[in-house]
Amino acid sequence: MPMTADVFRIGTGAGFSADRLDPAVDLVRRGALDVLVLECLGERTIAFAHRDRKADPRRGYNAHLECRMRALLPACRAAGTVMITNMGAANPRAAAERTCDVARKLGLTGLRIACIAGDDVTALVGRDQPFMDEPGTLADIDRPILGMNAYLGADAIVPAIAGGADIVIGGRLADPSMFLAPLMHHHGWQPDDESALGAGTLVGHLMECGMQITGGYFADPGVKDVPDLTRCGYPIAEVAADGSAVITKLPETGGCVTSATVKEQLLYEVHDPGRYLTPDVTADFSSVQIESVGPDRVRVANARGARRPDTLKVTVGIDAGFLAEAGVSYAGPAAAARGRLAGEIVGARLQEAHGIASDLRIDLIGASSLFATAGRAMSESDDVRLHVALRTTDREQAELMLWEVESLLCCGPAGGGGFRGTITPSVTTKSILVERALVKPSCEILVA
Amino acid sequence: MSAERPNAPVWVRDIAHARAGDKGNTSNINVWVYDPADFALLKSSLTAERIKREFPQLVRGEVRRYVIEHLHGLNFVLSDALEGGVNASLNLDSHGKSWSFLILGLRIDSAGS
Repeated sequence: MPMTADVFRIGTGAGFSADRLDPAVDLVRRGALDVLVLECLGERTIAFAHRDRKADPRRGYNAHLECRMRALLPACRAAGTVMITNMGAANPRAAAERTCDVARKLGLTGLRIACIAGDDVTALVGRDQPFMDEPGTLADIDRPILGMNAYLGADAIVPAIAGGADIVIGGRLADPSMFLAPLMHHHGWQPDDESALGAGTLVGHLMECGMQITGGYFADPGVKDVPDLTRCGYPIAEVAADGSAVITKLPETGGCVTSATVKEQLLYEVHDPGRYLTPDVTADFSSVQIESVGPDRVRVANARGARRPDTLKVTVGIDAGFLAEAGVSYAGPAAAARGRLAGEIVGARLQEAHGIASDLRIDLIGASSLFATAGRAMSESDDVRLHVALRTTDREQAELMLWEVESLLCCGPAGGGGFRGTITPSVTTKSILVERALVKPSCEILVA
Repeated sequence: MSAERPNAPVWVRDIAHARAGDKGNTSNINVWVYDPADFALLKSSLTAERIKREFPQLVRGEVRRYVIEHLHGLNFVLSDALEGGVNASLNLDSHGKSWSFLILGLRIDSAGS
């Protein structure tokens, strides 16, 4: 229930597909939330979900869906909190049906579960469609396309809320739109009120990554310390009718909400701060005011907006075969020299004996790995790990790479140990733009 | 530099904090000073040209810098700077999440060189 008539309380209960669950349950129980949003989809996640669905038509939604619903549905019903999520991923219909099953098993009879479909535009897009941000067209893709999903905006979500849904499940619902839609519904913001839409989009953007605004992904010991990060709480936004908001969190949770945590999130994955494109609005964050108004309370205001884009962004998921990774560790005197020798041997053997040279990378963790291409050599550890990565469409090549790395245990430098190797599916993604009129979202409500 | 500081800052990390994110093969890194008094130093030290020059192998496209004057922050947009992007890169950190510490690990240089 709202604290006051015109302050709307939205919490985040997941900021990515594998985010924590128990703090979300705590948030619903103690947060007096109007809405809980679980944002669980990225470019990679939806491509992998399509792969899952191809393997089993009953799957293709978030792997933690049932577990999350079991824990959150009773709490949401008790608190009168509406849940909005994109956990449906590549199969929102199946996700809604599973949620319905869970609700029935829990005795939550009458729970209304809205399923939003229409983001899968695979059948609607021509092969001559150009890529959004690189040369070429869909016709240039020489691997199987797994799926194509348009980012749906608040206009796809509002009908579900207006229809009295307790739970709203979709696939590629745009992250900030899941926050903006209930705000439009509650505060009566109209689709042409671009300044309100910009303000609501700011709230959504700040909230969509969950704990990244309450001290998660922020700590740098000794420089930026965060209290009790282990028990970090998810964020709450108290949003006024004018679109200004206070970002906060529950008392007796870890983490912190400060101007600094809000600033880092303000431009997270934003390019031009004056032009942040969403399906709903061209948001302008360039004049946003950020003000600390109490312990773990930061007020944000003055986001603006301009006309929404005429096109919708579409993520195209492509089957890229396999990612093979393998490693061996070296420690003690001259560990880095031995590790480097191991890497040279593997590189030469893969090329000479197996003809594998491209899409291959050899790193030495502890000496040069993450920053290797950046050319920043770090001081070398005497505890290093050779890491070999190969992307290939040929399973046999993936297995050969693992074999070569493992063979170092007898044929490589002295003292190597701890071989591990894995082969996992690989996907790539491309982006295209489609005309808005082509995409027709739908909403169906299931009753438990 | 402020006179009361016991030691002059050497690294960007001494005066600023940062976060990196990815979209496709483009990385963006936002950088904020702790003390507004250091913002002029940050601006002169971290120019778009310098970021491009510091990481020639990594940053294959252009670097754009946006200045958020009233919040004392900079936003760098590095195109073609993620070794192909999250789905194609064979870097262990295929999102380039650690790129924030590439910037924080630079020396402060008021000449921006």
